[in-house]
Amino acid sequence: MPDRFDQQSLNAFYQQESRRVLATLIRLLGDFDLAEDAMQEAFTAAWHQWPQAGIPANPYSWLVSTGRFKAIDLLRKRSRLQARETAWLEQQELLSDAENFAEPTGFIEDDRLRLIFTCCHPALSKEARVALTLREVCGLTTEAIARTFLVTPSTLAQRIVRARQKIRTANIPYEIPDQTIFAERLQSVLQVIYLVFNEGYSSLLPAAAGTPDLASEAIRLTRLLHELHTDDEINGLLALMLLQESRRATRVTENGDLILLEDQDRSLWNAELIGEGVSRVQEAWAAGNPGFYSLQAAIAALHAEAASAQDTDWHEISGIYTLLLNRYPSPVIALNRAIAVAMHEGAQAGIDLITPLIERELANYHYAYAARAKLYRQCGNTDAAKADYGKALNLSDREAEKAFLQAQLRAL
Amino acid sequence: MKYLCLVYANENELHSLPDSPQDSECMAYATALHESGVLVAGEALEPVRTATTVRVRNNELLITDGPFAETKEQLAGFYLIEAKDLNHAIRKAAGIPPARVGSIEIRPVRELQTD
Repeated sequence: MPDRFDQQSLNAFYQQESRRVLATLIRLLGDFDLAEDAMQEAFTAAWHQWPQAGIPANPYSWLVSTGRFKAIDLLRKRSRLQARETAWLEQQELLSDAENFAEPTGFIEDDRLRLIFTCCHPALSKEARVALTLREVCGLTTEAIARTFLVTPSTLAQRIVRARQKIRTANIPYEIPDQTIFAERLQSVLQVIYLVFNEGYSSLLPAAAGTPDLASEAIRLTRLLHELHTDDEINGLLALMLLQESRRATRVTENGDLILLEDQDRSLWNAELIGEGVSRVQEAWAAGNPGFYSLQAAIAALHAEAASAQDTDWHEISGIYTLLLNRYPSPVIALNRAIAVAMHEGAQAGIDLITPLIERELANYHYAYAARAKLYRQCGNTDAAKADYGKALNLSDREAEKAFLQAQLRAL
Repeated sequence: MKYLCLVYANENELHSLPDSPQDSECMAYATALHESGVLVAGEALEPVRTATTVRVRNNELLITDGPFAETKEQLAGFYLIEAKDLNHAIRKAAGIPPARVGSIEIRPVRELQTD
């Protein structure tokens, strides 16, 4: 809470408190749009009143209470009140303003968790889930999110409006899912967060002015989620992102060219993030049933702890990939496993595993050709390597990757 | 509130896949939904080749043979249910036996203003 009313402390206070206030107002008002307007009005009132009247003992309760009265005003102002809303209004006015939200802290935290689960509800499109989460939970502006995803602000605003409409019309409940579906719904939440992270992480350029660093946003969001609800998979995802983030500065040259994991300068990896990531992996595995993200985090931890690519425990890594593949079958995981196997059993073993994947599911996946090309080169089969790099080049659509593949071809 | 759960499936495969439900299983589910107070109405439909589509344009009645839309999957039946919210409706829809071989589209029912 700011003790002085300078702009910076006010902004910080808004950043910190507005999402909690919004989450509770959505629960009380049952309407995202109304809650957002009411929240803005409550903060405006605070900026006017607090400098004279002093900061209330419980600013959160003050803001929620003010927001609720502002919502009633807003509903009154809307000229044609529908019968249902009028009834609601009367009921609200009968309630004394103190009780409904002034529950113990646990309730506030539940409201934030509710907000996350509602924004990430699988009945919304993936784009809508990402946009809504960044807007409502992280508090990013529509303009900043639009810039990050290279869409116009009006397109993104439309996406958010439609999502809010679907929440209201289809009656997506504002609730923490019950035990029977919690794990399944949590997957949707984690998926949204990891999408946000990858959007930030895979961008090879530093975040432009005015756009949020999505990788950091995703980590912040996961930390919040972990505070609100203890779960091994949340911890696993946090570990995975911290370990990937620890290498972010070393994965691109100054010219924007990709640097492979084995060629990165390991002395520049962020030791602090690695330390936290590794201990979180251990925590996540301690329960004995590591899930999708915890398994991947363990692989990332083995990379992070190795002094060099050669010193990496490839045997252990391919073992974890086998576990992953058994529980979450996917051709891309099979490809990663093949690469790990090649590192300790030799290039030919890797080629034997990759070839059937290319013949079936991965015929148009450029990473598969690039990976096999490298193994062919190790075997001395230059012609086959050239052919595979050529295919990868044709299939790739990212400039940095094309430049990398062209350099590989020239080196042959 | 009310949700309409539309059962879509490829008619040619609806009854012939290893996971295909038998009529008795569908009846049992409908009965269970009814007994728990969730089911408002529900029916299975005759195949799409029995469908007739009607339109009125400029006061003229146009009748065509067949369904409104030719799709790979056809409307095979429906359940009109009364559910607390979308999560509740999703749980009930997931239990509809043809969900295993087709798809269930859940649509909230719009309450028409009568006054």
